[in-house]
Amino acid sequence: MTAPAIRSPAREFWRRFRRRHTALLAAAVIVLIVLAAVFAPYIAPYDPAAADYDALLQGPTLAHLAGTDSYGRDIFSRILWGGRVSLAVGLISALAGGFVGTMMGLVSGWSGGWVDAVLMRLCDVLFAFPGLLLAIAVVALLGPGVGNVIWAVAVFSVPVFARLVRGSTLVLKQAQYVQAARSIGVSRFKLILYHILPGALPAVIVYMSLRIGSAILVGAALSFIGLGAQPPSSEWGAMLADGRSYLGVADHLTLFPGLAIFVVVLSFNVLGDGLRDALNQKLQ
Amino acid sequence: MNGPDLLDVQDLSLSFPAERGRTTVVHGLRLTVRPGETVALVGESGSGKSVASLAITRLLDYGPGRIDAGRILYRDRDGKVRDLAQEDAETMRRLRGPEIAMVFQQPMSSLNPVMRIGDQIAEAIVEHRHLDRTAALAEARRLLERVRIPDAARQLRAFPFEISGGMRQRAMIAIALASRPRLLIADEPTTALDVTVQAQVLRLLRELQRDLGTGLLFITHDMGVVAELADRVVVMRGGERLEDGAVGAVFSAPSHPYTRELLAAVPVLGSLDGEALPMPFPEPPAPTGPQDTVTSASPVLEVQDLVTRFDIRNALGRVRARVHAVERVSLAIRPGETLALVGESGCGKSTLGRSIVRLEEPSSGRILFRGEDVLAAVPNTVADGALRRGIQYVFQDPFSALDPRLTAGFSVAEPIRTHGLLKGPAITRRVEELFELVGLPREFVSRYPHELSGGQCQRVGIARALASEPALIIADEAVAALDVSIRAQIVNLLMSLQRKLGLACLFISHDMAVVERISHRVAVMYLGQLVEIGPRQAVLASPQHAYTRRLLSAVPVPDPSRRRDEVAIDDTEVPSPLRAPDDLPEVAPLVQVGPDHYVARHRVGGLY
Amino acid sequence: MLAFFLKRLLGALPVLFAVSLFVFGFVRLLPGDPARLVAGADATEQEVASAREALGLDRPIWDQYLRYAGASLRGDFGTSSRTHEPVIEVIGARFLPTLWLTLAAMGWATLTGGLLGVWAGVKRGRWQDQAAMLAAIGGLSFPGFWLGLLLIDLFSVHLGWLPTGGYDGWRSLIMPSFTLGVGVAAVLARFTRSAFVDVAGEDFVRTARSKGLTERRVIWRHAARNALIPVVTLTGLEFGTLLGGAIVVETVFAWPGLGRLLVDSIAFRDYPVIQALILLLCAEFVLINLVVDILYGVLNPAIRLRP
Repeated sequence: MTAPAIRSPAREFWRRFRRRHTALLAAAVIVLIVLAAVFAPYIAPYDPAAADYDALLQGPTLAHLAGTDSYGRDIFSRILWGGRVSLAVGLISALAGGFVGTMMGLVSGWSGGWVDAVLMRLCDVLFAFPGLLLAIAVVALLGPGVGNVIWAVAVFSVPVFARLVRGSTLVLKQAQYVQAARSIGVSRFKLILYHILPGALPAVIVYMSLRIGSAILVGAALSFIGLGAQPPSSEWGAMLADGRSYLGVADHLTLFPGLAIFVVVLSFNVLGDGLRDALNQKLQ
Repeated sequence: MNGPDLLDVQDLSLSFPAERGRTTVVHGLRLTVRPGETVALVGESGSGKSVASLAITRLLDYGPGRIDAGRILYRDRDGKVRDLAQEDAETMRRLRGPEIAMVFQQPMSSLNPVMRIGDQIAEAIVEHRHLDRTAALAEARRLLERVRIPDAARQLRAFPFEISGGMRQRAMIAIALASRPRLLIADEPTTALDVTVQAQVLRLLRELQRDLGTGLLFITHDMGVVAELADRVVVMRGGERLEDGAVGAVFSAPSHPYTRELLAAVPVLGSLDGEALPMPFPEPPAPTGPQDTVTSASPVLEVQDLVTRFDIRNALGRVRARVHAVERVSLAIRPGETLALVGESGCGKSTLGRSIVRLEEPSSGRILFRGEDVLAAVPNTVADGALRRGIQYVFQDPFSALDPRLTAGFSVAEPIRTHGLLKGPAITRRVEELFELVGLPREFVSRYPHELSGGQCQRVGIARALASEPALIIADEAVAALDVSIRAQIVNLLMSLQRKLGLACLFISHDMAVVERISHRVAVMYLGQLVEIGPRQAVLASPQHAYTRRLLSAVPVPDPSRRRDEVAIDDTEVPSPLRAPDDLPEVAPLVQVGPDHYVARHRVGGLY
Repeated sequence: MLAFFLKRLLGALPVLFAVSLFVFGFVRLLPGDPARLVAGADATEQEVASAREALGLDRPIWDQYLRYAGASLRGDFGTSSRTHEPVIEVIGARFLPTLWLTLAAMGWATLTGGLLGVWAGVKRGRWQDQAAMLAAIGGLSFPGFWLGLLLIDLFSVHLGWLPTGGYDGWRSLIMPSFTLGVGVAAVLARFTRSAFVDVAGEDFVRTARSKGLTERRVIWRHAARNALIPVVTLTGLEFGTLLGGAIVVETVFAWPGLGRLLVDSIAFRDYPVIQALILLLCAEFVLINLVVDILYGVLNPAIRLRP
């Protein structure tokens, strides 16, 4: 086939996305934060674990941009390093959960019948756990720790994507162009690859962005209540838990990690909204 | 001049926001309606006719549209002349209903789904006539009786989803009449309805208008409806008024070339009364003349006693009822022949077509394609592939039949690739050939569906159907969604392809006039059964089954001089094909009544 | 309606069954001797033996499950390995605080979220809409535990207006319920707005205007009435967010509810309590959604009246 000379759907998307300045800004913030986390070893001014008993609970100064904690550790450096953990929890778990959920949804929606019934009942069971509880139950079973939190949050994301993709698959299955391809005799695999998956993908992408945000929140919440990253770690939720005892004494201990979580989650949510509008998707 | 009698639209211009600046969709429109007069505003899609009607009631304000210039002079009940383009929102609200009321196109979505019909009528009465709710409901009941809704007392308490499309549109009319308007604007009120229901609703509108003396502005694309109903016609295209005149004059001596084209493209049922063979529309550059393409070879497709039913299950998974979509249908199509399958929505004609290409699972019966049993073929085998290659389907909605994320060329290449007919660059060449065959420029292979018009998309759909070199094409309402002029072109294209390639065609349609043009034989479906089948001339000129007669008499005739003032139109509803699991419909073989002409003589849904 | 309700009920039972299987398998899936896990780390040999007896570990697995299910239905969830009290009593003491917390949060969140959503929808595209949606996306992104800490810092530590935590009268309820409800209010506001905007574009809203009804009636009787139907379903699902969120918020405000009990029990590996809490919270959530489904049917005649 000759290369599409005219606007392809991808360019159409970009043309519309480009005009959403807040979403572009959010994307830039995300890129910046991810880069900062990746290059934390090179840009962090201090060792995040190095205690400095001459500088305990200092407020923000030029030497310590975000102040120091009760061990005199540099909060700015800790946030940079902690971002590696928080972002990893959000990204890995949402991507893994999204992938498994998408596959489940495709299979479920396309096959129908008992396969669909079994997979959807499985999702119902996962949905029966209110909010965080599923992740907490998984952690309670596997034990606390960052690795287990990633598993827990991934499991927590699977049913959401499965339902979403199953829904799109069912709609697309009835679309005339899919029926047209079916009447031609196009194989099941190609039908899903060329017609169903590309149709379901925009919704998945949008949801993924929103989901990464909530996965980061859940991960931080688990660390905050002591089930996630354990004390020496500077995961943002764990830092907040550390800073709790110094409320009113040294507010910057909770201010900066909280702000970090808020900015990252907000960016993913704003990006998701922008993607939703540019991809013309309606969610929930 | 001291103002209009009722409505006088002067130099109205309307625009919508566009990518850059605004697009003018109505330009300098002039239009008058006098009390008791029916004015038809006619145009194809995109002509600006609906937008103009929304501007008159200023419902336009609630969307992105805007009035840029012009006056909408209206003389109200008290004789005061107002310019509706200048009135404030609150004044307009008070005028909507008691002065100007509207009936919209989609009866399905135009009623509030969670509110009872009676309340939807009564709230307008309460608002404008200041009656209490009980009195308003009593009045609503009288209105429902007035629009001939049977069992009005019960329907008052019904929700919209509980009643049929035709009944909903009657309820819409009752709402519009509730505040006794002096001008009624009806925007394509019958377009979504079946032809027999359309006839009922049109007659109702005509009667009501005569009795109440309301001015009626009727917006439509259907010249047949115009001829049946209008006193005066205003023709629009691209936002401009092209012609305005008395209905007789416009039909007999159209002054604008576009009106002439439009009228020429309108299929007129009965225009081939004296011709046994199909004939293309007189549309340049199509060669005209009867087409005798049928060969005497053995049938390419035979359908024997085909049954397709859908189970409706209750909460516990038990079968509660069955839709008898296709009930013991037998028919055959020979090479080069077009068999038209006609009937109203829900009669099972599409299900029959879809069953043949196995988009639905038939419950029993046989489908033979070139003598081979289609239903016995094992999926994804060579034999199955050959059968799928041989029968191709063209869908109703040209846009949604193409994947929006793939180029037109990809869609056309898909059957070639699927069946491994060609490889590499040969595919591209073949796709370009096919584009040329259906009258599209080669460059269109790399276009996306949203960059094509409806007619162009349908040509792509036909090219895709031809790509696997089929022997039979099933065209399922393939021209129904297209504008009149495009419709004629696509019908002519299908006919020229039949002439060139000797294709057989199952042409599924509800449009009797198009069917007359294209088909050699006609099969009429009703409640899942074939009630009449025979040569086109015989079936259309001397229909033998009561349902065929009813269907034909309901078709509007696009000729005001042949306006049938009071044809007997019964107000009964088509029964439902939904039956209890153990309640089987009566089915019997058809009886021969003429050469190749068969008709049902047993009772089908109460009709003989 | 009855068929609809039955279908939902029949759908809920297997879900509860599966959750109970998970909870039943909980201690058996963990590495180590289930009896020792249930009895607790510092249990005597005798306590471990009686736990083994109660679990019935020498019996076939299906028999164990039946005994467990039967006991659970009678409210017998065993003995807490931390306090050595019956689990049902441990949980019972914590139930009411969580109920008040979630109800208060749900109450203000649905009211605020729904009204804000409709308001933003009515003012679509104008600054009011943009401000409301900005607030909503902010609320959605705010970590509840951080918000709780900020509130404590401001209103308790600096201003001294409200208690920092604990369960002591309505003043102690203000900050926790506010913190807990923010996310839900934000989600509902966003969803209500988009549902309202969808409905406002429907043909029947145009019909309502063409009748000359007042704008107020068009918005509330026609548009909002239809837009709120899907919102009801979402509200049920958001109860899950609340029950889950309560776990965190109770920790922040030292609120003596089920959530904090769960966190403490996990820290002390008090498996009988963990098991019972998971089962109860899931059952509560499933029941709430069942009620919401029925409400959905009441609001939506197409579901209520279809045979």
